[in-house]
Amino acid sequence: MSAPLLVAEGLFKRYGSIAACRDISFELDEGEALAIVGESGSGKTTLLHLLGGLLAPDSGAVFYRGRDGASRNLFEMSEAERRALMRADWGFVHQDAARGLRMNVSAGGNIGERLMALGDRHYGRIRGAASQWLERVEIPLARLDDSPQTYSGGMRQRLQIARNLVTAPRLVFMDEPTGGLDVSVQARLLDLIRGLIAEMGLAVVLVTHDLGVARLLSNRILVMKQGEVVESGLTDRVLDDPQAPYTQLLVSSVLAA
Amino acid sequence: MTSRPYNFAYLDEQTKRMIRRAILKAVAIPGYQVPFASREMPMPYGWGTGGVQLTAALIGPEDVLKVIDQGADDTTNAVSIRAFFAKTADVATTTETEAATIIQTRHRVPETPLNEGQILVYQVPIPEPLRFLEPRETETRTMHALGEYGVMHVKLYEDIARHGHIATTYAYPARVAGRYVMDPSPIPKFDNPKLDDCPALQVFGAGREKRIYAIPPYTKVVSLDFEDHPFERTKFDSACVFCGATDSFLDEVVTDDSGGRMFVCSDTDYCEKRQSKQATVAVEEKDAAE
Amino acid sequence: MTPRPSDLLVVEALDKAFILHLHGGKRLPVVTNVSFSVARGECVVLGGPSGVGKSSILKIVFGNYRSECGSIRLADGERFLDIARASAREIVDARRRLMGYVSQFLRVIPRVSTFDIVAAAARDAGLEASAAKDRASSLLTRLNLPERLWSLPPATFSGGEQQRVNIARGFAGEHRLLILDEPTASLDATNREAVVELIAERRAGGVGFLAIFHDDDVRARVADRVLDVSKFSEREGA
Repeated sequence: MSAPLLVAEGLFKRYGSIAACRDISFELDEGEALAIVGESGSGKTTLLHLLGGLLAPDSGAVFYRGRDGASRNLFEMSEAERRALMRADWGFVHQDAARGLRMNVSAGGNIGERLMALGDRHYGRIRGAASQWLERVEIPLARLDDSPQTYSGGMRQRLQIARNLVTAPRLVFMDEPTGGLDVSVQARLLDLIRGLIAEMGLAVVLVTHDLGVARLLSNRILVMKQGEVVESGLTDRVLDDPQAPYTQLLVSSVLAA
Repeated sequence: MTSRPYNFAYLDEQTKRMIRRAILKAVAIPGYQVPFASREMPMPYGWGTGGVQLTAALIGPEDVLKVIDQGADDTTNAVSIRAFFAKTADVATTTETEAATIIQTRHRVPETPLNEGQILVYQVPIPEPLRFLEPRETETRTMHALGEYGVMHVKLYEDIARHGHIATTYAYPARVAGRYVMDPSPIPKFDNPKLDDCPALQVFGAGREKRIYAIPPYTKVVSLDFEDHPFERTKFDSACVFCGATDSFLDEVVTDDSGGRMFVCSDTDYCEKRQSKQATVAVEEKDAAE
Repeated sequence: MTPRPSDLLVVEALDKAFILHLHGGKRLPVVTNVSFSVARGECVVLGGPSGVGKSSILKIVFGNYRSECGSIRLADGERFLDIARASAREIVDARRRLMGYVSQFLRVIPRVSTFDIVAAAARDAGLEASAAKDRASSLLTRLNLPERLWSLPPATFSGGEQQRVNIARGFAGEHRLLILDEPTASLDATNREAVVELIAERRAGGVGFLAIFHDDDVRARVADRVLDVSKFSEREGA
């Protein structure tokens, strides 16, 4: 078994007197999908931002094993290294697609940007890659030159996914990827995400308040409450045989349609 | 009414030193935008205050100044700025490119090749080439610092996607000394090749945005493009109607209300020189024939 | 106890109780001291009255329920993996390659077609795309699901149709141990027969089965042994 891809060690993050994250530690392997669930205020989004290097912790570390095999602490890297990592190795899918896209640039330009950032200088090739990805996320090719202003919410989200995956990242962070979308749109999007994770062998850290989404997309789960991990383990086990009182409460509170 | 004399070239000496320090930094880091404490000038922002401050800091009593606006010496702005320096610095002025030691320009590079010892001062409205895609100053500074210029190619990609070719025809971004990407000011892309390996010193000033940048002599300047859509100089279908030049940037002049038009050299000095040479040759030929 | 080479699964001393924190921490015992084994090519059926803990045992073996103590050793080539102590990663891997599970009820994402559900399960197990499609077609055909249904999501199917999709999905992989929880409960005679044949084929190839059958007839035809789970129960039969 190879070394873990991402290791969080003793992460602490405080906002004034509120501890958003308290002593969080876990490991993530290549190709593993981890869901972080909890209610509002649980600290799950803060944790996601810490893991993604978007926020610095008050103490603790996040180690990432690069393509060269060496593990480095995210917060001891230079900003240049961190940004390069985010461009080449990582993806970040925001809940609000507009945050993760350039709304005044065409879909093709959005998808091609990472390729251009990594030095690709052939228009035809960039456009070809963008076209392929547009089809892969099931957006009609005719929309390649349209700006995402003209896209629906579900299409924007799929475009955001394509933009992130075009460089075949090893690790993708997702923040409520289907939040705010119509239910009918969610189902198809979830299947797309699930398929891509399996095909590309992506490691995923997914924050969601929706236990159904967690069950569908992840194999492991962390349940957070007020900044702490109250339970963790195999997703179906934690959801079907919850041990911690809070997890039992969460699971029993979900309404069935 | 008594008129108080101005300090030489209007600016006080300390300000000139501050600007010269900025210029030195700019020359030391080609293409990098150096912030400077832009002063209140007796013309509003948008009228060349950046260029004027650069010229004021560089000019000396022995200098010969040429000022052009869109290539012409005789438009309002060129005339005003030339008069400004004539009054505050009492320097010699000229319309001849070869005779000038300092050339302040708005939106064009002279057709006549420059030589060592000359300084070309550009007036710049928006110095930041990334601004159109990234409105945050904090982010653009980081992008320059880390050399993250992928987004510049996104702009060119968009052009090709929308128009089938790179549609940017002025203020065409270029990479200086293989490092910083700069906006060469709204000169036509026709002029971009002149920036590369130029014997003269080129300095750029943006008064409102408070930035100075520079290209030292003989520096490599490469316009951005794609492998399969390489940078191409603009070509004109006609020649100048006055001097017949086919290698200069032409202005289109509307001559009547029924769509009549003619093309003339934008660089008035270049055109006039060519015309007078042709006149001289014509006279010589006529003399020889007799 | 050392597992024998022919053993596929060796379960020892499993205990399971639910602690209901939402009800004052009330302890609900399920089973205690569960021990049994399943050999390669063997079909072991769990018997006993309803509510005695049969399904729970299946879920513990699959890793879906946590056992308080004991071991669940699953053969992996020459070695054994203890599911009770395995990491999440190991269990996910074991489920992909070694053990499959056919639950009593179909649970899938809406809007994914029947064919894709089964083909995806085959791909997950390691088959490449066209082989996965072939297997999906073959299984769905054998389970008498008409082709016109293949492109439809199973949400609107009858109970029996849904159960057959479930079975097809469960049999789509290359697992060495298949865990079946009442797979024929909603099926008619023809389809029960199809399932019996599928089981027989796999058993001939060395696949072991741990199952619960509602139907006496099917049980009689496929079971090598029936294990009465009542002896492990701390509960009264419901």
